[in-house]
Amino acid sequence: MRNPQLNKNGELQHLLTLDGLPRDVLNAILDNATPFTEVAEREVKKLPILRGKSIFNLFFENSTRTRTTFEIAAKRLSADVVNLNVSTSSTTKGESLLDTVDNLCAMQADMFVVRHAASGAPVLIAQHLQATGRDHIHVINAGDGRHAHPTQGLLDMYTIRHYKRDFTQLTIAIVGDVLHSRVARSQIAALTTLGVPEVRVIGPKTLLPTEIEKLGVRVFHDMSEGLRGVDVVMMLRLQNERMNGALLPTPQEFYKVWGLTAEKLALAKPDAIVMHPGPMNRGVEIESAVADGAQAVILPQVTFGIAVRMAVMSMLAGQ
Amino acid sequence: MKIRIANGRVIDPANQTDRIQDVYIADGKIAALGHAPDGFVDARTIDATGLVVAPGLIDLAARLREPGFEYRATLESEMDAAMAGGVTSLAIPPDTDPVLDEPGLVEMLCYRAKKLNRAHVYPVGALTLGLKGERLSEMAELVEAGCVAFSQANVPILDNTVLMRAMQYAATFDFRVWLQPIAPFLSRGGYAHDGEVATRLGLPGIPVAAETVALFTYLQLAKITGARLHITRLSSADGLRLIEQARAEGMDVTCDVSINHLHLSDMDIGYFNANCHLVPPLRSQRDREALCRGLAEGRINALCSDHTPVDDDGKLTPFSESEPGATGLELLLPLTLKWAAASGLSLLDGLARVTSDAARIVGITKAGHLSVGARADVCIFDPAAQVRISRDTLRSQGKNTAFLGLELPGQVRYTLVEGQLMFAIDHA
Amino acid sequence: MQSLDAEALCRQLAEQMRPHVSPATTLVGIRTGGLWLAERLHALLGITQPLGAIDVSFYRDDYAAKGLHTKPQRTEIPFNVENAPVIIVDDVLYTGRTTRAAINELFDYGRPASVGLAVLIDRGGRELPIAATYCALYLPEPLPTSQNLQLERDEDGSLNLRLIDA
Repeated sequence: MRNPQLNKNGELQHLLTLDGLPRDVLNAILDNATPFTEVAEREVKKLPILRGKSIFNLFFENSTRTRTTFEIAAKRLSADVVNLNVSTSSTTKGESLLDTVDNLCAMQADMFVVRHAASGAPVLIAQHLQATGRDHIHVINAGDGRHAHPTQGLLDMYTIRHYKRDFTQLTIAIVGDVLHSRVARSQIAALTTLGVPEVRVIGPKTLLPTEIEKLGVRVFHDMSEGLRGVDVVMMLRLQNERMNGALLPTPQEFYKVWGLTAEKLALAKPDAIVMHPGPMNRGVEIESAVADGAQAVILPQVTFGIAVRMAVMSMLAGQ
Repeated sequence: MKIRIANGRVIDPANQTDRIQDVYIADGKIAALGHAPDGFVDARTIDATGLVVAPGLIDLAARLREPGFEYRATLESEMDAAMAGGVTSLAIPPDTDPVLDEPGLVEMLCYRAKKLNRAHVYPVGALTLGLKGERLSEMAELVEAGCVAFSQANVPILDNTVLMRAMQYAATFDFRVWLQPIAPFLSRGGYAHDGEVATRLGLPGIPVAAETVALFTYLQLAKITGARLHITRLSSADGLRLIEQARAEGMDVTCDVSINHLHLSDMDIGYFNANCHLVPPLRSQRDREALCRGLAEGRINALCSDHTPVDDDGKLTPFSESEPGATGLELLLPLTLKWAAASGLSLLDGLARVTSDAARIVGITKAGHLSVGARADVCIFDPAAQVRISRDTLRSQGKNTAFLGLELPGQVRYTLVEGQLMFAIDHA
Repeated sequence: MQSLDAEALCRQLAEQMRPHVSPATTLVGIRTGGLWLAERLHALLGITQPLGAIDVSFYRDDYAAKGLHTKPQRTEIPFNVENAPVIIVDDVLYTGRTTRAAINELFDYGRPASVGLAVLIDRGGRELPIAATYCALYLPEPLPTSQNLQLERDEDGSLNLRLIDA
């Protein structure tokens, strides 16, 4: 079983997941992202790397925000960007996912940025491209189901490295709905690969997936226990539809027990940073005073996200 | 037509036979073993030197996709697959379209199958109309039309009162009830065993409790109603334990496992291999090992292919959107041999699970063994041959299985149904 | 071939440039060798504008074929390029492709008043219509393509030119 994101030479052909990516590949992406951070400060915020390349933002699940960050990254690399919001209804009308991909390949696509509600959809596309001998086309996973959101995971690692330097000395807590979170899975994969000695997940049992500890994390249900002495607090987004029902009684109760307030944050190290992949639910996952406070690095995350995505696109195109 | 199968190693689990001897077939039946009966003149001799001569295999679950799903497979293509797999008797689950809940449909299926004159089919009727779990099917009529048991395929009944009534009604006639343990709400929205692999891949999980909770319910209701219960497609160690507990309390309950669950675990999903999308889900390695042992020790009574041909359109989609199921008829024998060898079982004991033991569950008396007078359904195979499973060699219209590309032991060389040679590979 | 004393060439180059340097003059070194040289020139010429550094990895015309093989470093232009007289500094002028990439990159920061090019050595073998404004040494015969000429910096900071068989 070949890792579908590596080519015959073991180089990164697609970016589908951070799970199983070697540490030196992760570090190379983070290293390469640094020079791209400076592009935003220029008069002309553009590099000629992907001049003449066509990148298709193939979003089967709506997300203006993620799509925009990829679009900006691609445009700063001088690529031509085509945005496709393929509503799920049109695929149920007949055209399959791979039909759509084949069609776009016929339009000389060079790269797909794929967001899909089903776990593994970008992997399927990558396998299909490989099976049909189209190795020159690259796939970037922009979030698939609960599986992975590798560029988010990478930008989170970039942010942590920016503020904390050495991964091997850190205690990091991931808080909230891990069960449904592709972001959490990518974070856990990257943090454990980069040598973070203690990764914690904190949340109610209903929102922590079975055997999560086998992914190399410590499980906490109590915020004050879980946050004690951590260097980084990574909050997760709680989807609206999960707030009332069989997983959680109410958002109010969630906030009371697992919401990040200044009081709870005080249990972490004094220089702990607070991260959130956005969009935030203030008063559900996080208190405004914390989200806007001195320890929050939520906006730098967004800025770094563009550089990281530029680095990933450049590396794939340059293989 | 008379046939002499010469010099083969005759393995007949029902009679505990394993010796080299000739088999004589006349009038569609086994006429004699060892010595030719008086006045037997060969019409044809099959040289079975170096080959195993076994009863034709009996498969407890083979979806032939007719009626309703002919675009995926037809009776013809799947019957060919059965012959190539040495499978001569097939129990057919009722989840066709329309569902096998009407005597007319069952008669039609039996008629079509008979006309094709290949494997014998044994339809399993729907326990409730349309498998909807609301109204009972006409079980007495369905049995008259040819049904051998009643099941819900893999559509669980939501209302336990209906399930209890259905079991009571079946018990009235002492009909067999085959149930796949699926707790409806616990399995809803899940696609893979709820464990590390599903967590890593972000696939919504199906907990083992989806099997055990349903099993517990079925066993309790069988106890109350006295229904003849057979549990299909066991997937977990905990499920097997529940069945053994019920037996320890004196209950007569049988169970089977599919070739997939015997040989694969959730680890085989790998990078979202949709061929591993099955119902029930592939469980952990620990569960798989418990199933292997259970089958070896006879605590699991039979092995089946759970043959479910799915076309490429059904599999070339994201895992959770793919159709569950895998082709299996042509893999039943090789995977029986592979499991038996790995479990240190003799061919005699291994083959019992797909012949005599399976026959008992369906209620087949005329076949599944090679006694004199038995229906001459025979599978002759080369136990030493290794065959690579590929899309090109599979005769089933369903080309999708997790075993593609693997080399498996055993090659069927001849298949006879009622004394007629229906399949042959001659290595001339 | 005459001996290549990088330190001496560096001083010669500075003297060539000195008459043309004004308070507005800015230097931009191409990483890595060009930047070492630019640091020297910056000091020798007493230039008051801060020194710029350029990494042309992203502007190379062979990017699609070769990709990001060496780790790119930051491009840092700590002055306003708009209307500035800029001198790009590189160690060796060869095909001209690196200079082309550097000029392109520079223009993404603004429109300079003028752009010059200062190099230690012109080894010949040009593939683009580019010439140095200031050059300490023109090799009389182009170096064969099998040879690589590059600037190195010792631990004590002294510069050396090395000829390597590629």
